[in-house]
Parts: sequence; structure tokens; C-alpha cells
Amino acid sequence: MIPPSFGYSAPSSLPEALKLLAQHGDEAKILAGGHSLLPMMKFRFAEPGHLIDLNRVDELKGIREEGGLIVIGAMTSESDLIASKLLTQKLPLLAETALQIADPQVRNRGTIGGDIAHGDPGNDHPAIMLVLDATFVLSGPKGERSVPASKFFHGTYMTDLQASEILKEIRIQPFAAKTGYAYCKLKRKTGDWASAAAAVVLTMSGDKVSTLRIALTNLAATAIRAEAAEADLQGRPLSDANIDAAAKAAMAICDPAADLRGDVEYKTAMAGEMVKRAIRLAATRCR
Amino acid sequence: MSKQLISMSVNGKKLEQAVEPRTLLVHFLREQLNLTGTHIGCDTSHCGACTVDVDGKSLKACTILAVQCHGSEVMTVEGLAQGGALHAIQDAFYKEHGLQCGFCTPGMMIRAYRLLQENPNPSEDEIRIGMSGNLCRCTGYQNIIKAVQHAAKTLSASGLKVAA
Repeated sequence: MIPPSFGYSAPSSLPEALKLLAQHGDEAKILAGGHSLLPMMKFRFAEPGHLIDLNRVDELKGIREEGGLIVIGAMTSESDLIASKLLTQKLPLLAETALQIADPQVRNRGTIGGDIAHGDPGNDHPAIMLVLDATFVLSGPKGERSVPASKFFHGTYMTDLQASEILKEIRIQPFAAKTGYAYCKLKRKTGDWASAAAAVVLTMSGDKVSTLRIALTNLAATAIRAEAAEADLQGRPLSDANIDAAAKAAMAICDPAADLRGDVEYKTAMAGEMVKRAIRLAATRCR
Repeated sequence: MSKQLISMSVNGKKLEQAVEPRTLLVHFLREQLNLTGTHIGCDTSHCGACTVDVDGKSLKACTILAVQCHGSEVMTVEGLAQGGALHAIQDAFYKEHGLQCGFCTPGMMIRAYRLLQENPNPSEDEIRIGMSGNLCRCTGYQNIIKAVQHAAKTLSASGLKVAA
């Protein structure tokens, strides 16, 4: 399959990319890793008149620590997330997640920023961004603005990113000591999207839950926080009964689309199972 | 759309060609350069038959544009054998019967080539994870794993690093 014709630019700086975006207007589409956009173009689901390729914009790549925060450039590849010693120490949930995305070749191209900005509810980073309370820095013609992950995902393929803007970087508070975490993803095969997946970040105070955030992938029009499930466990011990109750609360907010991965009932049941597994796995890491 | 002039090195040979931006790397290799060893399987970045090596990384050539490889060093399965002698990875696939119909084999070998540079002594699990982006519809995975193990042994015994 060959995509329809389009123009192509490969800027080497962010200001240059923003200028090209302004110049080409609605015709333009930003190309990151290309593993969602190029297949969509081959299938004619997307027919942009001009691609602005960010792969040569070095300032958008890399992971650094700045002012007590971890800052990840939007064009950082999944492979680079996995290889990062800084993330292994400070935010190991990101590498655990990236390892469950696609396969080695695709992870060499796929980027964290593309995964987030595409707005696909099947993508894995959005739920992770919700449990990590990440902030997205968006660059536009009038400068930069910051949007919390909780206000970024509006619907399937709809985000707060405006047509004139580019996602520049992601800012995340590193884990405090003894923070438990897990991303449990059920998929049919390597490279598939989640049939259901749950992300958990947990701290304990003695045998009681001190802080807990739960988010779900591919179980609604966007990644979603399971706030009622979190509230169910707040200040309580992680007994089987309490975990079961939280999983039920998470299942209650699921609204998955039926597809070849399963019907609504199956996906919802698997969401509950992934929540239970993620809470239990996170609990083993709270030390 | 007008063509763009790109230059790259393919299997060590420098070349300059005009391409349409929409030309995928796999079509460029197969149809403009007649390097038909790189196969098109699923055409949607799942199967890995089109795997090539670009600037020291395994990529799927069906999901990258040729213009994106401007200035890059590309290696395809045709670049493995040197001076008429099979590369240790090709020899291992031959000796361990690492292929049945052979369609996935170029992608398997060029992926194994990079995997063994990233990790010269992989465990069986590491091979399975490292090769997880390549599908064999004959399901001949056992012998593919054996072939990669065989190649790892040959390459480390020879004391030679896999050619970079």
C-alpha cells in the first residue's frame, strides 16, 4: 500500500517546525514515529497534504532532570525510555509500560509524545500519564502553555493540542521512596493493543493505603482515572475483599468498544482482573 | 508532488536518488534499487518481514518513508554475505533449519544480526523477546531460536565482533 501524495519537510528545530505548521495550516500533520499515522495514510483514513517530520529536531529528544522534575522530550522513543537509567531509578513505571508496547523494531521508532498526542484510547502512555499526574508542555505560535494530563484527553483522537501546536515535553514528579507501581496489560499477542489494561501507583502507610491512583487503557473513549475505585481503598488495608470492591468500582466506569478483542462484558471483566493484578503487584513494590 | 533528492548508504554503497515523499523505504529498496531480499508481508508493521537495519537500529521498512532515511546507513539482508561467503547468521539458519517457506527469513536474519550486536550472548528468553517483532507463519520458531543461539556461539567463538 502506498499513501496518497503529500509534501514533506524535515525541520531541525522546534521554531522551524512551528513556522512550517503555521504555513501549511490545516493541510499539515506532524509526523513523529509514524507507526499510527503512516498506516492510517496507507489505508486512506488520513490524507494530510503535508507532513512535518520531527525526527530531526534533536531538542525534542531525551530525558533529563530539571528543578526536581523528570522532563521527557516528546520525540523520545520507547526504546530510549526502556534504556534510560534515570527512569529506571526515578520512574520505573515508564520502562515497564514501554516494554509492553508493540515490539523492538516499532519501539525504535514509536515516541512517547506521538503515543500521547494521537489521542487513541488504545495507546498505553495516556493512562500512565494520568496515574503519574504528568504535565504536558505545548508549544504554539504564541509561546508555551502547560496542560495537566487530567485535562488533555477529550475523546477518541481528540486532545487539548491545537492544530497550531506541537507537544514539546512531558514533566513528571519522580516517585517518592517506597512507591509501588504496576502496569498490567492483557493483549492477544505481541504488538496488539490492550484488550484491557490498568496502571497503578501506590504508597502504603503501615498496612493501609496512603495514596493510590488507578487508570485504565482502552476501556472508554479515552484513558480514564478510576477515582471511585481509588476512594474505596483509601486508608484501608489491601485485603482480598477490599481489592475486589475496588475492581468492581473500576469496572462500573468501563465503557469499552466491542471489537475482535472481545465484547463489552469480557473487556469489562478483564478490566477488573487487570486492576486487581496491578494493585497486588504494586503492593509488592512498596518497599 | 515533486520528488526530493536523497542520499544514503545501502549495504556500504553510497547512492543518490530522487524519490516522491510518499515512497516507503521498502518500496524504494525493492523497486528502485532492486534489492528484493527485503520482503513485504503484512504491510502494517506487525510481521517484521520488511525489517532492515538503519543507523544501527532494526526498523520496519514498510512504515518509514525513504525520505526519512536521507543521510542514513541502511543495511538489508543482501549486506550480510561478504565476498561470496555466508554470514555466520545465514550459516546458522541453514545448519539449524531455521526456515521452512523462507518468506520471513530475511527479516529474521537482519533482526538477529542487530540483536546479537546489542546482546552477543542472549538467553533463550532474551532471543524470544528480541525477535518478538518478527512473525513466522510456518510457526518454525523453535529452529529460528536455535539458529540465533548457533550464530551467537559461532560469533563469540570466532572472537570476532559482528561487523558493525
